[in-house]
Amino acid sequence: MKVPVSWLSEYVDIDMNLDDLAHRLTMAGNEVEEIERTGWIDNVVVGHVLSVSQHPDADRLRLVTVDHGNGEAEVVCGAPNVAEGQKIVYASIGAVLQDAYSDEPGKTKKLKRSKIRGVVSDGMVCSVRELGIGDDHDGILVLDDDAKIGTPIGELLGETVLDIELTPNRPDCLGVVGVARDVSAITGNELRQPDLEFEATGPDVNTLASVEIADPDLCLRYTASVIQGVKIGPSPQWLQDRLTAIGERPINNLVDITNFVMFELGQPLHAFDYDKIVDHKIIVRRAAEGEKLVTLDEKERKLGSEMLLIADPERGIGLAGVMGGANSEISESTTTVLLESATFHGVNNRKTARGLELASQATLRFEKSLRTGLSEVGLRRATKMILEIAGGEAASGIIDVYPSKDDEQQSVRLDSSRILRVLGVELEKSQIETTLVNLGFELTADSDGWDVQIPYWRPDISIPEDLVEEVARIIGYDNIPTTTLAGRPPQWQPQPELELRVRVTDSLVSAGMREMISYAATTSESEARVALPSETPAGVKLRNPITADFSVMRRTLRESLLSTVARNSRTWRGPIALFEAGRVFLDYGEGLPEERQMATGAFAGPRNELHWDASTDASDFYDAKGAVESVLADLGVTAVFEPGEDATFAVGRTALIRVPAANNVVIGVVGEVAGEVLSQFEAEVENVAMFELDLAAVLKVMQGSAGSSKFEEYVRLPASHRDLSLIVDTGVTAGQIVEIANRNRIVTSATVFDLFEGKGVPDGKMAVAVRLVYQSPNKTLTADQIGKIEGQILNQLSKELGAELRAQ
Amino acid sequence: MPETQDTQANESVEDLKRAAVAALDSADSSEQLEAWRVEFTGRKGRLTSLLRGLGSLDIEDRKTAGAAANRLRGELESLYEDRERQSKSSQAPVGSIDVSLPGRRPALGGLHPSTQMIREITQAFNEMGFQTIEGPEVELEKYNFDMLNIPKDHPARDQWDTIWVDNDKRSDVLLRTHTSPVQARVMESTEPPIRVVVPGKCYRYESTDATHEWHFNQIEGLAVDEGITLADLKGTLYEFARRVFGPKRKVRFRCDYFPFVEPGVDMSIDWNGGWMEIMGAGMVHPKVLEYAGYDSSKYTGFAFGMGPERISMLRNEIDDIRHFFSNDLRFLTQF
Repeated sequence: MKVPVSWLSEYVDIDMNLDDLAHRLTMAGNEVEEIERTGWIDNVVVGHVLSVSQHPDADRLRLVTVDHGNGEAEVVCGAPNVAEGQKIVYASIGAVLQDAYSDEPGKTKKLKRSKIRGVVSDGMVCSVRELGIGDDHDGILVLDDDAKIGTPIGELLGETVLDIELTPNRPDCLGVVGVARDVSAITGNELRQPDLEFEATGPDVNTLASVEIADPDLCLRYTASVIQGVKIGPSPQWLQDRLTAIGERPINNLVDITNFVMFELGQPLHAFDYDKIVDHKIIVRRAAEGEKLVTLDEKERKLGSEMLLIADPERGIGLAGVMGGANSEISESTTTVLLESATFHGVNNRKTARGLELASQATLRFEKSLRTGLSEVGLRRATKMILEIAGGEAASGIIDVYPSKDDEQQSVRLDSSRILRVLGVELEKSQIETTLVNLGFELTADSDGWDVQIPYWRPDISIPEDLVEEVARIIGYDNIPTTTLAGRPPQWQPQPELELRVRVTDSLVSAGMREMISYAATTSESEARVALPSETPAGVKLRNPITADFSVMRRTLRESLLSTVARNSRTWRGPIALFEAGRVFLDYGEGLPEERQMATGAFAGPRNELHWDASTDASDFYDAKGAVESVLADLGVTAVFEPGEDATFAVGRTALIRVPAANNVVIGVVGEVAGEVLSQFEAEVENVAMFELDLAAVLKVMQGSAGSSKFEEYVRLPASHRDLSLIVDTGVTAGQIVEIANRNRIVTSATVFDLFEGKGVPDGKMAVAVRLVYQSPNKTLTADQIGKIEGQILNQLSKELGAELRAQ
Repeated sequence: MPETQDTQANESVEDLKRAAVAALDSADSSEQLEAWRVEFTGRKGRLTSLLRGLGSLDIEDRKTAGAAANRLRGELESLYEDRERQSKSSQAPVGSIDVSLPGRRPALGGLHPSTQMIREITQAFNEMGFQTIEGPEVELEKYNFDMLNIPKDHPARDQWDTIWVDNDKRSDVLLRTHTSPVQARVMESTEPPIRVVVPGKCYRYESTDATHEWHFNQIEGLAVDEGITLADLKGTLYEFARRVFGPKRKVRFRCDYFPFVEPGVDMSIDWNGGWMEIMGAGMVHPKVLEYAGYDSSKYTGFAFGMGPERISMLRNEIDDIRHFFSNDLRFLTQF
């Protein structure tokens, strides 16, 4: 809302500087985003043309002598309308003016002393365009004769406009008077209400027109006046200036007055050409489904049955509170006006305007559910102005159809204890009273507090807390003390999902991975690239996605992860180790979708940063598996990795992660991404190793027995380390060897630490080095004892896996 | 032949000097340097022998030659020291390593900057007794709007342009536009006192540019109990600002409007000479308490909400919010 200070000052004296006022208004909830100044230009003053003579060398130029109050100056001027005796706008050297010859709006030019066709011009006589207050550049701006010579031009033409960002609860401030009322409460200066009194000398209005509200649920009040003998024409300059200053285009005096009153009081109005209303009878009713109306903008609108129509007995003549009809529009030939000031149902008005994509200043106000009291005030104000500006004679009385008269809440009880309860500070009774009274509330005091009458311009006040805010915002939140929360601390509630995600996230970060957060929506086609299992539940489709690229909520983190890896692979040459711990959305068809937490990570590119002592190998399956092992070790979950299948991953290079202690449940998968999947992501890496942990499954496992770690007394007797070098068939797995070794209780660990195929090892075989650690809980093992156990293990390895000891 | 002897002695000092300097120049290793020292200036070295040889001269000559030889010793010793220093600096001692080579650094992972900000902010509140909880992102209209006193078709809803879920069975499912529905959920399921802080993703039907994203994080807070006041709200948020923005930062509270609070508050901090809005807050609207089944004549509370990406943008001078979800390693690795 743009509020010109000159307009504001008509209703309240402003005796603080504007920056302070802007600050106070902002603190009180009406945020002043900007103080715009127009027409204030240094070195530009009112001048008096003393004489005009022809330029010696140019037919179209004149030499003008100007008295600028601080001496005289001779100026070369090309304007055809300059004449002796005029009061004009004189700019002296150094003034910064709009560049009238530039196409670039707002471009300025500093005025320099210059010779024009051989004559020095000591300044300039300005056009409207050069002053930046209009577009006209055909001649200079001629001021009223009573303009005082030497007056800075800003005082005469300048305007300062407060650009206020209003909150939706304050439709009263969509009128300048509403803002003035806040200023009045802030400054304590008295509010001057607009004058509503006029003389009605015409016939009884009820003999001229009638109004019927057929749908009182949508039209809460309808007031109207009739003015006969008006003269339609341009508005006086002051009225045009008021509208121009807030960016509204003047049209004619009648339309301008209805607009002015809307911006003054916040009540939208509409003026009909009385003679075009059939039978001079207005019926406020719902439109018939499909009924048509040509609105003021010459467009034919097809209406719905929930749209409120202003009609005469034969046809619609206006869309209530949205836009008038072309058939009853004020024209130059209009002589009698029926002025409408009504209160329409906010939600309905808003729906109609939205349905027809007809956002208007009227709807901006009506949709906020204006109070019915405002309509009569608006009507009287506009009627008075029409009489003053467009002439004519007002019919006696007003039409006032008021079906909702007894419906509105009129008062709110405010106990003084409520203020302490909400704000935490005891305020002086007088301070509370003064603030509320200055805001226009009427108070009836008793020993505990007040009964507060809600004024007609405030639809936003309905509970005591609303009044507490009124008091607080005017005295300023600055003046409320700052205290520490006291009282009972709440009971802690377990948040296992959140806690698990945090632990897993921290664990992956410790494992050297970067967390990413990607958009939670995608498209089905895009998601299909990772070949999710067909039994995956449906996705959550979006009715109005922000773009077609985000039409469905993701069911997997794999796709966004692979997209991100691929995108980074084109610019990032170092190791790529990314993970996301977030939600996927699975719609089982009942209630809200399941938001399942997953942790999905990928390794691609080189395993290490380029380093003098590190391999430059590409990362692979074992990097992803290692990250998972770290996480599970951190969580205390013992899992096994079994060869498995998952369509995202390459066959033979994928493991399902199972927890033996929890019925072998699968908690995730790790593997290298299948070539046909990866090829769809345009990655500039050959291989991506990826893992996924289903955190919901992990949580279940942990809440069972698998998650707790109990201390066990460690064995204090010495352990013996022995290495075995075996030859086995290729295809025998490390897991098989370790499993056999671990069967013996004396073996506390078995670790495969070298694998070799090739020279010295027969074809189809491989060499495996295993380190076994032997330790007994109750005795020190002798070499003989160890040798015996080792023999048993070798036997078993040979029997089950065909393993032989490698010849040394 | 005193003259001859004198001359002989003097020549010997000169010769020895020439020989010693030449030998020192060609000594390349510490071993050779040591050998040079033994040969020339050592206890049994050539200079010592030369001095011993002077005994045969007469007193005057012996004095002159002795002085010359001693001068030579000083010169040679100083030359030797220079040379030794030089040699030490250019040649590493046995077993030395190149300390300039990069160390073996474990791969450095990192949290996403949004997560870092969320953790910092939630921790500040955790320490003031607010527990971190979460809620669903696909939400019912009831929690996102109705229970927060934002009725259907009310103009206040314009503040939250909504992405709706396309569902055959019901039309009241949406992507939450703020974390505030968790207020309604937590009040519905627990009794006061309540102190929670709720981070999470939110979604708006809003075109994106450098300062707007349709997908972003928010952190909500809620405290409800008997006797909670606007002064408590100020105190709590002031303490938060001290922790996250530093004790010198100025904080401003002013009136603002959100349908689920009354009075409503905007909190700003001083930033580059102006005020930067950091969060919306206010005293929980009595209707919101009542919708959740609380007795609004008994309980009061405050709520607040802020955007961690916005705060991170301020603190880390990130000029475009879209960086956060692009996950470019050139961005992520800076945090």
